[in-house]
Amino acid sequence: MRYPDVLRFARDAAAGYPLRTGLSVLAMAIGVAAVVVLTALGDGARRYVVDQFSALGSNLVIVLPGRSATGGFSPANALTTTPRDLTIDDAFSLGRLPLVRRVAPLAAGTSEISAMGRLREVVVAGTAAPYIDIRSFRMAQGRFLPEADWNRGAPVAVIGSKIQEEIFGNRPAVGELIRLGDRRLRVVGVLKSVGQGLGMNTDEVVFVPVSLAQSMFNTNTLFRILIEARSRDEIEAVKAEVLAALKARHGGEEDVTVITQDAVLATFDKLLRALTAAVAGIAAISLAVAGILVMNVMLVAVTQRTGEIGLLKALGARGTTIRNAFMAEAAMLSLVGALTGYGLGLFGAFVLRQMYPVFPAYPPDWAVIAALGTALGTGLLFGIMPARRAARLDPVQALMKH
Amino acid sequence: MSVIQLVGIERVFHLGDSSVHALDHLDVAIEPGEYVAIMGPSGSGKSTLLNLLGLLDRPNVGSYRLEGRDVTTLSPDEQAEVRSRRIGFVFQSFHLVPRLTAAENIALPMMLAGIPGAERDSRVERALKDFGLDQRSDHRPDQLSGGQRQRVAIARATIMQPAVLLADEPTGNLDRATGEDVINLLEALNAKGMTLIIVTHDQKLGARARRQLEMEDGRLKHDSARDGARPVA
Ligand SMILES: Nc1ncnc2c1ncn2[C@@H]1O[C@H](COP(=O)(O)OP(=O)(O)OP(=O)(O)O)[C@@H](O)[C@H]1O
Ligand SMILES: [Mg+2]
Repeated sequence: MRYPDVLRFARDAAAGYPLRTGLSVLAMAIGVAAVVVLTALGDGARRYVVDQFSALGSNLVIVLPGRSATGGFSPANALTTTPRDLTIDDAFSLGRLPLVRRVAPLAAGTSEISAMGRLREVVVAGTAAPYIDIRSFRMAQGRFLPEADWNRGAPVAVIGSKIQEEIFGNRPAVGELIRLGDRRLRVVGVLKSVGQGLGMNTDEVVFVPVSLAQSMFNTNTLFRILIEARSRDEIEAVKAEVLAALKARHGGEEDVTVITQDAVLATFDKLLRALTAAVAGIAAISLAVAGILVMNVMLVAVTQRTGEIGLLKALGARGTTIRNAFMAEAAMLSLVGALTGYGLGLFGAFVLRQMYPVFPAYPPDWAVIAALGTALGTGLLFGIMPARRAARLDPVQALMKH
Repeated sequence: MSVIQLVGIERVFHLGDSSVHALDHLDVAIEPGEYVAIMGPSGSGKSTLLNLLGLLDRPNVGSYRLEGRDVTTLSPDEQAEVRSRRIGFVFQSFHLVPRLTAAENIALPMMLAGIPGAERDSRVERALKDFGLDQRSDHRPDQLSGGQRQRVAIARATIMQPAVLLADEPTGNLDRATGEDVINLLEALNAKGMTLIIVTHDQKLGARARRQLEMEDGRLKHDSARDGARPVA
C-alpha cells in the first residue's frame, strides 16, 4: 500500500468516528495548550522581571546599609552591634573612586502633595542630579534636579507623569508651586512615564534634593546609594572598590551590603526559568494523559473495526500495512490535537497579553517544540500497542465479528 | 494441472479438553474454470474449508497446492500476496467498509496492492459498468440495497482478476430474486474462466454448480465428480 493511500485511509477512518476522534484530539489539544499558555506565563514573568531590572539602569551597583544575612559569619561582624548608617558624605566620597562613573544618593519616605486645590499621598525620593542618567529616565517637561551641593538642596521638585496628570491635568506643571508636607517647592520638571517599576512606580514619585528629603523626614541616613560602573566588565571591580572605600570610612567595619544588578538578575532569571520548566513539566503530564487517551481510543477503534481488519486481511493486506494504517491514525489524532492545541495556546497567550499589556506572555521556543514533540511522541508510542494488536488479529476470527 | 490440490488436509480446533476435527483427511482437486458447490449440514466444515482455500487459515496436517505451488509453507506476507493477487472472497454479510463509497470499496484491494490511483480509477469505472453500478459509485453501503451491496462485494473480489473466487453463502442474506441475480453474476464470471467455489445450504443453488462436494463431520461425504454424473447447468 502506498504511503499517501495509508494516510488517506487513516484520515477517512478517523473522520468516520467524529466523536471519538474529536475527544482524543481535544485531550491532546488541551495538553499542548496548557504547556504553551503556562510556559508563556512563566517565561513572561521571567522577561518581565528581567526587563524591570534592566530598566533600573545599566552597569548598576547598589549599596544598602547593614550587612546582608547571606554574608556569612565574620569576626568583624560579631563585634559590631549596630551598623553605621549610610550618609550623604559616604555617597559623595564614592564619586571620586576611579572606576565609578556616577553616584546618586537615595533617601525615601512618604508625604502629601497639594497644589491646584488637590491633595494626594506620594512617595518622596531624595536624590541628586546624576540619578536620572543612572536610571536612564527621560524628561517630559523641564529639567531634572539641578547640579548642586548635595548637602544644600534648593526648594525644587521633579514630579512623575501620573502626579502631573492628577494634579495639573493638561496644564503645564513646570514653574508651578506645590506644597509637599510642610515645604513649598517649585516644580522644575516632569518625568516621562516609564510604567510600573520594581518596588515603586516612578510615575507616582516626587523627586527632591536629597538634603531636603532628609530634613523633611528628620533623618541623616540614606536608603540606598546607586552607583554606575564605567563598563559592564568593571562591575565586580567597582563592587570591591566600593566595599573597601566604605569599610575604610566606617572604621574598618564591613557594615554595608553591595549588590550588583547582574547578580540579582541572574538569580531571578535562574529562578524563573526553573519555575517555567517546572510548570511545563506539570503541563506535560496532561500530554501523557492525552497519549493514554489516544491509546484507548485506538484500542476501541481496533475492537470496533475488527471485522474490517479481517476483511483487509482477506483482501490481501499485510500485517505491516494494517499496523501502519492504525499508527498513521494515532499519529494524525496526535498531530491535529497538537496543532489545535498550539493554536489555542497562542491564542491564550494573546489574550493574556491583551489583558496585561506589560506582561510579555510569549511561549518560549523550547516549550513549543517540546510540547509538539511530546504530543506526537506519546501519540505514536501509545499507538504502537493498538496497531500491533490490529495487525496480529486472526483473520477468520476477525471476519466473524461483524 | 489442478488450480487447487488438497492432500490429507486436517484442521483440528481445541476447545478446552475436547478437540473438534473440523476437517478430517480431506483430498480434493479442483481444475481451472470449475464451478463447485460445497454443501452439507451446519458444522460440517464448509466454512473452515473455504477459509483454508483462501489462506485465511492453515491446516494442521496436509498439503495445499494453489496453481501448483505449495502455499501452506509460505510466510504470512507471501500468503497475503497470494490472497491479494490470486484469491477473491465474497461473504454472506457483504463485508463492505461502511465509511467508503461503492467505488472506494471496489478499489480497496488495488489500494492495498499498491496499484497507482489512475489505474485504480479506470478499472473501478469499468467494473462499475460491468456490474450495473455506474449510478451508485458515490453511494455508501447503507445507501445501497442488499443485492447492490453484494454486487459491489463481487466487483471488489474480482477487481484483481484472481484465479479463484470463493463465496461463502453469497445469497444467504438476500431474497430469492436478488439471490438469483447474484448467482447469475457469479456464473457469468465462471463462464469467462474464473474458478468459482460456492458454499451453500440451498440444494437448488447447489444443483446449479457443475460439481457438488458434500461435507459431513469434516469429511468429504460425496463428490459428484467421482460419479461421472454431472448435472446439467
Ligand atoms: N475457531 C473455531 N474454534 C473452535 N471450533 C471451531 C472454530 N471454527 C469452527 N469450529 C468448529 O468446526 C466445525 C466446522 O465449522 P464450520 O464453520 O466450518 O461449519 P460450516 O459447515 O461452515 O457450518 P455452517 O453451515 O453453520 O456455516 C464446527 O463444529 C465448529 O464448531
Ligand atoms: Mg459456514
